[in-house]
Amino acid sequence: MIYDTAIIGSGATGAATAYMLSHYSGKTILLEKAHEVCAGVSKANSGIVHGGFHHPSDSLKTRLELRGNELIDRLQHELHFPYLKCGILVVAYSEPELETLRKLYRQGLDNGVKDMEFCDRKRVFELESKLHESAVGGFFVPNGGTIEPYGYVFSLVECALKNGVSLQCDFEVVSGTFADGVWTLKSADGGEIKARYVVNAAGLFADEVSKALGAEEFKIFPRKGEEYLLDRNSAGRPERVVFPVPVKHSKGVLVIPTAGGTTMIGPTAEAVDDKGDTATTSDNFLKILKLTQNMVNGLTARDLITSFAGLRPVHESEDFYIAKSEKSPNLIQAAGIQSPGLTASPAIGEFITSLLKDAGLELVENPGFDGTLPPRYEARKLDDAKLQEFHDNDPAWTNIICRCEEISEAEIIEAVKRGHTTVDGVKFYTRAGMGRCQGGFCSAKVLNIISRESGIPMEELTKRGGKSRILAGKLGELEVK
Amino acid sequence: MRELICISCPQGCRLTAEISGDSWLITGNRCPRGEAYAKQELTDPRRVVTAVMPTDDPAHPFIAVRTDAPCPKAMIPGLLNKLYRTVVKTPVKNGDFVIKNIDNSEISVIVTENI
Amino acid sequence: MVRLDYDVVIAGAGAAGLAAGTVCAQAGCSTLIVDREGRTGGILNQCIHNGFGLRYFKEELTGPEFAYRMSEKARHAGAEFALNSAITDIKQLEDGTFDIRVLSGKDGVTHLHARAVMLAMGCRERNRGAIATPGERPAGVFTAGTAQKLLNCEGKLPGKSAVIVGSGDIGLIMARRLRWSGIEVKAVIEIMPHSAGLTRNVVQCLHDFDIPLYLSTSVIRIDGKERVEKVVAAPLNSDRTPDTSRAFEIECDTVLFSVGLIPEMELARKLGVKENPATGGAEVNSAYSTSVPGVFSAGNVLHVHDLVDFVAEEAEYAGKCIVDYLVGAKTGKEFSSAAGKNLKYAIPNRFAAAKATRFLFRPTVVTDRAVLKAMVDGKSVWEKKLAFVRPAEMIIAEVAADTLHGDVTFELEEL
Repeated sequence: MIYDTAIIGSGATGAATAYMLSHYSGKTILLEKAHEVCAGVSKANSGIVHGGFHHPSDSLKTRLELRGNELIDRLQHELHFPYLKCGILVVAYSEPELETLRKLYRQGLDNGVKDMEFCDRKRVFELESKLHESAVGGFFVPNGGTIEPYGYVFSLVECALKNGVSLQCDFEVVSGTFADGVWTLKSADGGEIKARYVVNAAGLFADEVSKALGAEEFKIFPRKGEEYLLDRNSAGRPERVVFPVPVKHSKGVLVIPTAGGTTMIGPTAEAVDDKGDTATTSDNFLKILKLTQNMVNGLTARDLITSFAGLRPVHESEDFYIAKSEKSPNLIQAAGIQSPGLTASPAIGEFITSLLKDAGLELVENPGFDGTLPPRYEARKLDDAKLQEFHDNDPAWTNIICRCEEISEAEIIEAVKRGHTTVDGVKFYTRAGMGRCQGGFCSAKVLNIISRESGIPMEELTKRGGKSRILAGKLGELEVK
Repeated sequence: MRELICISCPQGCRLTAEISGDSWLITGNRCPRGEAYAKQELTDPRRVVTAVMPTDDPAHPFIAVRTDAPCPKAMIPGLLNKLYRTVVKTPVKNGDFVIKNIDNSEISVIVTENI
Repeated sequence: MVRLDYDVVIAGAGAAGLAAGTVCAQAGCSTLIVDREGRTGGILNQCIHNGFGLRYFKEELTGPEFAYRMSEKARHAGAEFALNSAITDIKQLEDGTFDIRVLSGKDGVTHLHARAVMLAMGCRERNRGAIATPGERPAGVFTAGTAQKLLNCEGKLPGKSAVIVGSGDIGLIMARRLRWSGIEVKAVIEIMPHSAGLTRNVVQCLHDFDIPLYLSTSVIRIDGKERVEKVVAAPLNSDRTPDTSRAFEIECDTVLFSVGLIPEMELARKLGVKENPATGGAEVNSAYSTSVPGVFSAGNVLHVHDLVDFVAEEAEYAGKCIVDYLVGAKTGKEFSSAAGKNLKYAIPNRFAAAKATRFLFRPTVVTDRAVLKAMVDGKSVWEKKLAFVRPAEMIIAEVAADTLHGDVTFELEEL
């Protein structure tokens, strides 16, 4: 079988490209080296839908960010991923900061950002009552907010698969050769995929994939961002995403009301050498906490649920690198997709599709394309009458498994049915285990449900594929000495 | 002289044992159980063994059990290995014997819940 | 559920809920005990080890045995149960009674109506995330209680060689349980200079197996990309920061965290119950009433107890107070009580001067001789001599009626 297009990497960029290509009838395959989709850069992400004011008008970033912002609105209506469109409030905490924000505001106006509003002190407090007393003003961008980045990617992939795209996980591309108009991609464990066109959306590893395909030599620098997640009861959960004045290389440390109901503070921005370095440190937590306590009231160390770190894939240009390869035929490079990459991703998908077309890929409309997914329901958000109706059809809807996030058995079964058979897969799809007890109470129950629904023995279940087994066997298998 | 910590109850008394003639003299205990514990511990240390055993009921695949008396320490690993590999036939009631008089030790294993 | 109206609804069928429910039902109050799990007894069911009940039942029992006896008492007293049922919301109505929303697979959405509510939800374990332990995020990191549940209820091995972080009782008990399951235990690492668990557990769970206990030592990293590969620990400097120059590595595939318990107060927050920052639980008066009239709290959701026997005693007393409340008894003039020197907290936070009060304290110091003083207006008005004071052991002191005439601060003086 020869595919028309193979996309390497199933993060936001790869998933959005697969989704866009599924509008057409060519054969597309999405390749992922991890056991499940969205396992890298896009998973550990702040989840911000940016407004389009951070970068200059003439940059590719701004064009794609603005277009992506619009598309996310539309996609949310069709795919139903969690999106809290709460707006973005950029706040100055001193007069000089306010001057800087004026420039940023003007840049936003130049970029064509809609409905921006410059705010005096009174107005910023109207928009966000929890701001620290030292706030002096800022500006508000209503067309933005937070999504669950993995929820977004999962739904793009699900919709793409529904419309004929193939998916292969555990496929790490280690080499690629082009002959007679066809790429042959080989995986680490000897697998082989043939496709006429290839999209390199390998995130942190886009440089290595490019090299493996004999294409451009460039370097992706990992820049670490640590994030700290606070309980849904935190008194410091703001109504808006609160941004400070940006600093070099980063949009600064934010206070983020997540789409799932928790509060996140971060990220840090630190260059690291190791692309696997997602360690967090307690020093950074205290630093971030102190910074954010000076932005928003009510944030405390006591509400800390957990921390995680993500790596931004920084291209040496500091910009997106999205272009047809000059060196290898029929290859589109999509590298250096750091912030605002998540926001821009649907537009990046469109852009890559047009680059593929320019490179000769024939795009014939997929006559059966259905761009909608069934709505997703959450027990915690249903009113009594509706929930009772759900219960009457399936009692699993009122059997609460994860007490902290109030996730029902039905939601976990749905996740397994939709292909999530790892503990993290279920966790990121449903939020089960993401709350204050971090799975302390529900993990045994979740393991049982995944095992029952997937038929995989409990001892073989993993956290996220590979060798990440949760259990080591059955009682009695080890000799007591 | 030997120093011990009594494990008979949560108070954890610090005991001192001294040879006095042909028996031990125990001090530091706050109740008679401390003296009995120390004498036992110095000559034949024993522990109550608790564990779970597999059952034949798929709805309750494991059942909690314990020994009905403290068990000589040297016997414990062998006993545990046996318990993990023996299937309890259900139904059983709290207090029912699953293994009687293990290796003629006069110690038995009882279940501690109803299935 | 046939009846939807109760005098008392109790959230949680662990030792506290069962003890209070027994008393309420015995007094003729219609009593419903609600629990998420399919069986009564709460966490006791996974605590299959012995050591329970010496005080309350005058007999040494395992967790399931203690749970069984408590459950039978409640059943015989006439308490009703709603199991596999999660309370998702509680609201106080205008007339002071309560609306309780319950979800269950059996009945779907149910609303209960009650005149009084007892909070007996127990605790959750503090986990790796909550103490921000640095490092990678591999599989093989569990709280001690989760590992206990996997082993004792599911019969599954959480790993093959483990390091236990924190020397609280659950961690110590799990060290022995792992060894008794054939799992190697490389070390127990404790950040404090003394074990957080009972001495008997250090003896029978660590000394019996020659498991090293590193005191004043902190875990500075967990390593492992997929499954845990090693733990890096370092002794603390005198300023309590880790001395990384003396850091050492321990290879293992499993890390268990036993780093404290946090009262599961989420339902109480929905009621606006005033909290005590020192316990993480509610503030209560000597009738175990919270700041919201009609809402009572006892057991581990109020403060973390060393022994389930104390939980049962406390909740039994709280049950009597609920009955008094339902018949309209008044508490009389109240004074406040606070924890001073060398005490982390004092319970209750308010007391009725005209009645004898049982105070509970959590000391912060290790000392063999001390005196507990009740200070009113800067003067000691009541004293009690104490031996063997340990943070792991709660101090209980009965103060007779009409002894304390004013707001009191308790202090612990080392002798």
